[in-house]
Amino acid sequence: MTVLLLAEVSEGALAIDAVAKTVSAVKSLGDVHVLVAGKGGDEAAATAATLDGVTKVLFAPDHALCHGMAEPTAALIVSLAGDYSHIAAPSTAFAKSVMPRAAAMLDVMVISEVIGVVDADTFERPIYAGNAIQTVKSSDATKVMTVRTATFDAVGTGGSAPVEEVALSDTAGLSEWVEDKVAASDRPDLTSAGVVVSGGRGVGSEEDFALIEKLADKLGAAVGASRAAVDSGYAPNDWQVGQTGKVVAPDLYVAVGISGAIQHLAGMKDSKIIVAINKDEEAPIFQVADYGLVADLFTAVPELIEKI
Amino acid sequence: MKVLVPVKRVIDYNVKVRVKADGTGVDLANVKMSMNPFDEIAVEEAIRLKEAGTATEVVAVSIGVKQSQETLRTALAMGADRAILIVAADDVHNDIEPLAVAKLLKAVIDEEQPGLVLAGKQAIDNDMNATGQMLSALLGWSQATFASEIKVEGDSAVVTREVDGGLQTIKVKMPAIVTVDLRLNEPRYASLPNIMKAKKKPLDEKTAADYDVDVTPRLAIVKTTEPATRKAGEMVGSVDELVSKLKEAGAV
Ligand SMILES: Cc1cc2nc3c(=O)[nH]c(=O)nc-3n(C[C@H](O)[C@H](O)[C@H](O)COP(=O)(O)OP(=O)(O)OC[C@H]3O[C@@H](n4cnc5c(N)ncnc54)[C@H](O)[C@@H]3O)c2cc1C
Ligand SMILES: Nc1ncnc2c1ncn2[C@@H]1O[C@H](COP(=O)(O)O)[C@@H](O)[C@H]1O
Repeated sequence: MTVLLLAEVSEGALAIDAVAKTVSAVKSLGDVHVLVAGKGGDEAAATAATLDGVTKVLFAPDHALCHGMAEPTAALIVSLAGDYSHIAAPSTAFAKSVMPRAAAMLDVMVISEVIGVVDADTFERPIYAGNAIQTVKSSDATKVMTVRTATFDAVGTGGSAPVEEVALSDTAGLSEWVEDKVAASDRPDLTSAGVVVSGGRGVGSEEDFALIEKLADKLGAAVGASRAAVDSGYAPNDWQVGQTGKVVAPDLYVAVGISGAIQHLAGMKDSKIIVAINKDEEAPIFQVADYGLVADLFTAVPELIEKI
Repeated sequence: MKVLVPVKRVIDYNVKVRVKADGTGVDLANVKMSMNPFDEIAVEEAIRLKEAGTATEVVAVSIGVKQSQETLRTALAMGADRAILIVAADDVHNDIEPLAVAKLLKAVIDEEQPGLVLAGKQAIDNDMNATGQMLSALLGWSQATFASEIKVEGDSAVVTREVDGGLQTIKVKMPAIVTVDLRLNEPRYASLPNIMKAKKKPLDEKTAADYDVDVTPRLAIVKTTEPATRKAGEMVGSVDELVSKLKEAGAV
């Protein structure tokens, strides 16, 4: 059995944490071949070749595959699928667009957000915002899945797998990339950060969100937000943590002014240590917090920044 | 241009989900059900396109148990023109997989020939996030997932998508499938007169067999279990205490 693993590439660089965790999730299934799609991905392909457990890297240096365009990427996967028992990817926005499309073209179901590989056909995945865990057994010839990376530890590096070029034959040109608006940041990436500080509606304004960012910077943390904070315009959409945002599992998660709705908990309840700061002692976030502090965030957070 | 909106009946997002003791699934008997929140956003967007003169007709489609009628009536009350129900299950616990849903939707689309399909990004019960992409693949249409803005311009749509690093804008050729994200719009509430009017709007009822689609699941559910629960934590009385606890735990 061999697994084809669709790599996440951003700005020409391999999203190494996400890919290394996905390799770790699927390596029990057999050899792992990583597929790097897009012109300019040479560096990413070279990095992928160093991951332990990767026995080959397929590199498709086609311009149509840049910017994560779903239609050509799915077509490329389908053209390679015959050699593989499993096709996997980290469950990023990119892969969530591509993998179900590829699965349907192969007439198989997609298995989304896998958190456990039981055997070659059997997988665990959360449903209902993580309020239940389902074990499913696939009867499909090829298993197509996305992997919830937060649940797995990354494999190491040190390997040197060969890199082989593959060509994209199908370029129907259904969609066209226009632009990316990506906020540049020196902070760690939200999904792979060791510490995350998140703010909620309780923070009250975009200006005051600077307080959350200040605490994050003090802790060397990534910044997250609840949906209410994003919807209110306090924080950008890519900071949203939860059922429909990003799923994180850092060593330390600090929730400030967040009530703890199940949809938010779905994205952070696997964090190792959870700290909650909320002025309402009844807030449900305290039910999952290791350390809860009932306080006004406008006094507690500055004090914390000073004392930590 | 006709707009087709697939809407799913799911457990209401406010309901606390309970796993059945025998591990066969989640208890849905006598639980409040609603339209999938993302689908409300899709319906709202379709209605706005009609109000703006871009769309001529909004058709809502639901696949599942007979009670999905209620979900369709909600869509009609919001402003959809007509609805199609495809009965594909007789037990509320029998969820139809995205691949089968996509095949049924494809059959409807072959008949209805819409110019645009607006689906939700994800159903909040199975959390699959797959149907729109699968449907788009089966039709060979373009797709734009996770939309936070949609502008129809002639025979294409310019769609802003919520992606991991921020926002991405793409231009898709119509007909297209767009899946909608939370920040696209705020769905309206149906007014009482509109709820009354919706009762008279056409709602066609079909079965999966009418379209010759096999809905047998590809993923057999082996078991459904409760997630691991976190152990109860402790409350601290001050920032000082919090800092010393975190230091003790080696977290800072
Ligand atoms: C389909 C769907 C998907 C969703 N997906 C997500 C998701 O991915 N992520 C997500 O987060 N949510 C999601 N939600 C929304 C979720 O249900 C909640 O509405 C949201 O998480 C609430 O955000 P919040 O805790 O910041 O706001 P609130 O619930 O309003 O809580 C604010 C908290 O701040 C506290 N507070 C106020 N002022 C202060 C102060 N001065 N000091 C200290 N504390 C203070 C209050 O006591 C309160 O507990 C989703 C909802 C739906 C329907
Ligand atoms: N049974 C169904 N009936 C109608 N629409 C559905 C159904 N299942 C999924 N959909 C649509 O597909 C979207 C994504 O669902 P899913 O792929 O199951 O997460 C939903 O938001 C709906 O728009």
